[in-house]
Amino acid sequence: MEIDLQHVVNLARINLSLEEEARIRPQMKEILKYIDKLNELDVEGIEPTAHALPLTNVMRKDEVQRSLSSEDALRNAPRQANGLFVVPKIVE
Amino acid sequence: MKYEVVIGLETHVQLKTLSKMWCGCANLYGAEPNTQVCPICLGMPGVLPVPNAEALRLTALTGFLLNSEVPSKAKFDRKNYFYPDSAKNYQLTQLDMPSTQGGFVEFEMGDELARVNITRAHLEEDVGKSTHFSDYSGVDFNRAGVPLLEIITEPEISSPNMAFEYLNALKNILQYGGVSDCDMEKGQVRCDLNVSVRSLGQKELGAKVEIKNMNSFSGARRALEYEISRQVKVLSEGGLLRQETRRWDDEAGITDSMRTKEEAHDYRYFPDPDLMPHTPSQEWHEQVRACVVELPLARKHRLMADYQLPSGDADVFVGDPALGDYYEKVAKGVKNPKAVANWVINTLQAKMTESGLGLPDLRFDPSAIGELVNLVEGGQINSRIAQEVFLEMFNSGQNPAVIVEAKGLLQVSDSDELGQMCRDVIVANPGSADDFCNGKTAALNFLKGQVMKASQGKANPQLVGELLEQILNE
Amino acid sequence: MPHTLTIHELTARLAAKELTASEIVQACMDRIASVDGELNAFIGHDVEDALAQAELADRALADGVVHEAKPLLGVPIAIKDVIAVKDQPLSCGSKILGEFISPYEATVISKLRDAGAVIFGRLNMDEFAMGSSTENSAYQPARNPWDTDRIPGGSSGGSAVAVAADECIASLGSDTGGSIRQPASLCGCVGLKPTYGRVSRFGLVAYASSLDQIGPLTKDVHDAAIMLNVISGYDPQDSTSEPRDVPDYSAALNGEIKGLKVGLPKEYQSAGLDPEVKSNVDAAVAKLEELGAEIMDISLPHTEYAIAAYYIIATAEASANLARFDGVRYGDRIDGVDPIEMLCATRGTGFGEEVKRRIILGTYVLSSGYYDAYYLRAQKVRTLVRDDYLKAFEKVDLIASPTSPTAAFKVGEKVGDPLQMYLSDIYTISANLASTCGISVPCGFTSRGLPVGLQLLGQPFGEKQLLQAAHAYEQHTDWHSRRPPLN
Repeated sequence: MEIDLQHVVNLARINLSLEEEARIRPQMKEILKYIDKLNELDVEGIEPTAHALPLTNVMRKDEVQRSLSSEDALRNAPRQANGLFVVPKIVE
Repeated sequence: MKYEVVIGLETHVQLKTLSKMWCGCANLYGAEPNTQVCPICLGMPGVLPVPNAEALRLTALTGFLLNSEVPSKAKFDRKNYFYPDSAKNYQLTQLDMPSTQGGFVEFEMGDELARVNITRAHLEEDVGKSTHFSDYSGVDFNRAGVPLLEIITEPEISSPNMAFEYLNALKNILQYGGVSDCDMEKGQVRCDLNVSVRSLGQKELGAKVEIKNMNSFSGARRALEYEISRQVKVLSEGGLLRQETRRWDDEAGITDSMRTKEEAHDYRYFPDPDLMPHTPSQEWHEQVRACVVELPLARKHRLMADYQLPSGDADVFVGDPALGDYYEKVAKGVKNPKAVANWVINTLQAKMTESGLGLPDLRFDPSAIGELVNLVEGGQINSRIAQEVFLEMFNSGQNPAVIVEAKGLLQVSDSDELGQMCRDVIVANPGSADDFCNGKTAALNFLKGQVMKASQGKANPQLVGELLEQILNE
Repeated sequence: MPHTLTIHELTARLAAKELTASEIVQACMDRIASVDGELNAFIGHDVEDALAQAELADRALADGVVHEAKPLLGVPIAIKDVIAVKDQPLSCGSKILGEFISPYEATVISKLRDAGAVIFGRLNMDEFAMGSSTENSAYQPARNPWDTDRIPGGSSGGSAVAVAADECIASLGSDTGGSIRQPASLCGCVGLKPTYGRVSRFGLVAYASSLDQIGPLTKDVHDAAIMLNVISGYDPQDSTSEPRDVPDYSAALNGEIKGLKVGLPKEYQSAGLDPEVKSNVDAAVAKLEELGAEIMDISLPHTEYAIAAYYIIATAEASANLARFDGVRYGDRIDGVDPIEMLCATRGTGFGEEVKRRIILGTYVLSSGYYDAYYLRAQKVRTLVRDDYLKAFEKVDLIASPTSPTAAFKVGEKVGDPLQMYLSDIYTISANLASTCGISVPCGFTSRGLPVGLQLLGQPFGEKQLLQAAHAYEQHTDWHSRRPPLN
């Protein structure tokens, strides 16, 4: 099983250096081969475990709590202007 | 070559909750940027979502209002995609186990009853708002995390007009139910349009074009009209259409292909592990169902049936639910509910606008209008006097009967008394009398007016007319 | 030496006014200054702030506040740098967060504060908790205090080192596939992974949301019980938090082990199990039997599939959990002409290689066309693994095994072979898949003087019984009083 590494890296929005790619490509192959062992099992009729605990109907009351000040909200922003988080221009 | 149109609509509606979907930040429009945010809706490391109970309730309520099925188990999934306005770069939504399934919306189109079937309505979160400047974009996360209901129709809307009517009907239902204020100016309703054309009789759907984020219904209609004609033109010229997303330019009146490379999104959905499934009890369902209100269309039909109102009057009351409620209170047990409707729609509304008073501020008892109508119906006062009484009623809050009594406004209907007045007027106006006898029927109105004047408006106008004619013909 | 004492020893001395909190904290600070240059347990620590907290604790003690009310009053606890502390930096062992200062605090930190603890330090870890050696830290790798050429385990390597080397009295770590238990085993201290849902995850930077738990690393089992009592409990801010009472875990430490049924999974006799590890663990099991436990063989038939299932589920969840690190709202940003370019550069530069590997794997197993074959299948295998445990727990009260198939390996030995590294999680990983609790306690040393850990796994929410058994074993040995030959 060969991963389409370029495609996955695009989906995940992660740049790989050439060296990283050279290292990771064979490693992925090996790992995929290993996880393929799950195909040995017959999982017909088995329910997937989507949640770790059998909890249901967890919710909270519709009440307003204090928000952060915009100063605190933007404190870690790499770039900000006029109270907004700044990013490179989004072209639709 | 004839073409048929297939339209499907996905409407995103912000739910009327106090706080956001996963956190306690306020769900309010118009605040200064990034002042209604917290670590949770900003997607900071380590935070977790907890669902808003009211959002779940309003979602189920919408299901009941749209005649949908509200399944016994619903869950949330992650829809993974990167965008600056998405705080977590995944959106919490519902994929295969949404909060409601199926349903329909009925509405009037001309004389006919139309129906659009709903595929499902699912609960998700809104994203932040980007503003674009010359060399950067800025993101405000106040809107991020606001609970959003996405209502998806079956692809069976057959014209832009039908789409428009559907959207309005949906909006009315949601407003009626208290699910959302649907204030388009505040961006509380947005719509994605899916439209394709195919030759008449063709089974497969044509290539689907998506036009996203419409925030006006008339704009949506215009966009659909343009897009349909564009698609038909392409096909009839032998061209091919491809599935794509286009943008509506309202100023230019055209749709535009979006410039970014059209790559089908791989959202890599999987069940969200931080949120537990929603499996409400029968009891919870019943509590929500008890809040289901009468739908606008049903209310209209009922008003027309129960109160013998014409469509136009019923529309007014459906369009203004508070006024409609008031009308129903007033019209109960009245012999002529249509007359009551006239008073409410015309005279009362006009006076309220003029004085700036609202329904809760009215000084007179709701029963007063009914009483007024009954006085007119019973012949105790005529309609002109009734206007006077109404004014007094509006200003002082006194009951009509009291006002009539106090001001001595009872209608004069005694034939002898009226007869005498008529003779007096005829004698005083020989010229008009002669005119009438010579065939000028209009002269009668003048004489009638004189009798009304002489009686300070209290004469029964119909009787006066009859008596005058009788006497003049003698 | 105050810093070598346990929580229960210290609180006794504090109550008896034989020691002050400031003395204890100062002793830890001195110890850190002395040894951490070599050990790299800490990414950072604020001496002034720690001493200020100590002073407040001393004032409270002078005012008559007792440890019955505040069980950790005056005790310095260090925190794995994956748990949010208000107004403190948070790095998750990565560069991508840059100078991030957390504007809010994890629930467990609030609980520690309410208990009077002196909360300090940011402990070294594998980046975003992905790793078993702390070599994946963007900072220097941490070193095993028993042999500084060797790794301490991971991902909570710093948490184990700091406790083993007496740089703090106890620490918090996180465990997704063994990240508390394995480093505890390799460093000769106690490491407890609570049942999923026992401890709030609010404020724990998520790696795998359905597997992560915060837990204590301590010098002995009694301390682990004290810590567990402080950090456990329902949290309305965590939808996966179990609404269930917290028993008094310390009260359960009565030394009674007679009649307890302990299962030995026959599938755990794997090829990779180091014979010296095996002999130490066998001896520990024999000790349990001597103390009255009933030992029996059990089967966990799906053991060989657990690692594969884990790496599909954990990386899938992680690929989504780490998507938020994009340089938009926080972190170190590398600019670009458009947001996509910025994102790819920021994440390409900010994430280390192991993190990238796991994000790639996680993205792949969720991607179009592969979801059913990988993710869905893995979730079904998870059900099979969990059912193995539930069935086993019908026969036995606890399950015993080595924590790790080997003792600490040399720095650099396994870094080039990720799959080999993954396979070393064999004994710990299933407990996370089965959402149950587990503890590692020291049970001996190899001939090279490297610690070996005995792992006990308990029933879901069966921490009381788990701690009881671990404590009984511990009290009949003296492994827990051994200290690494530093300086």
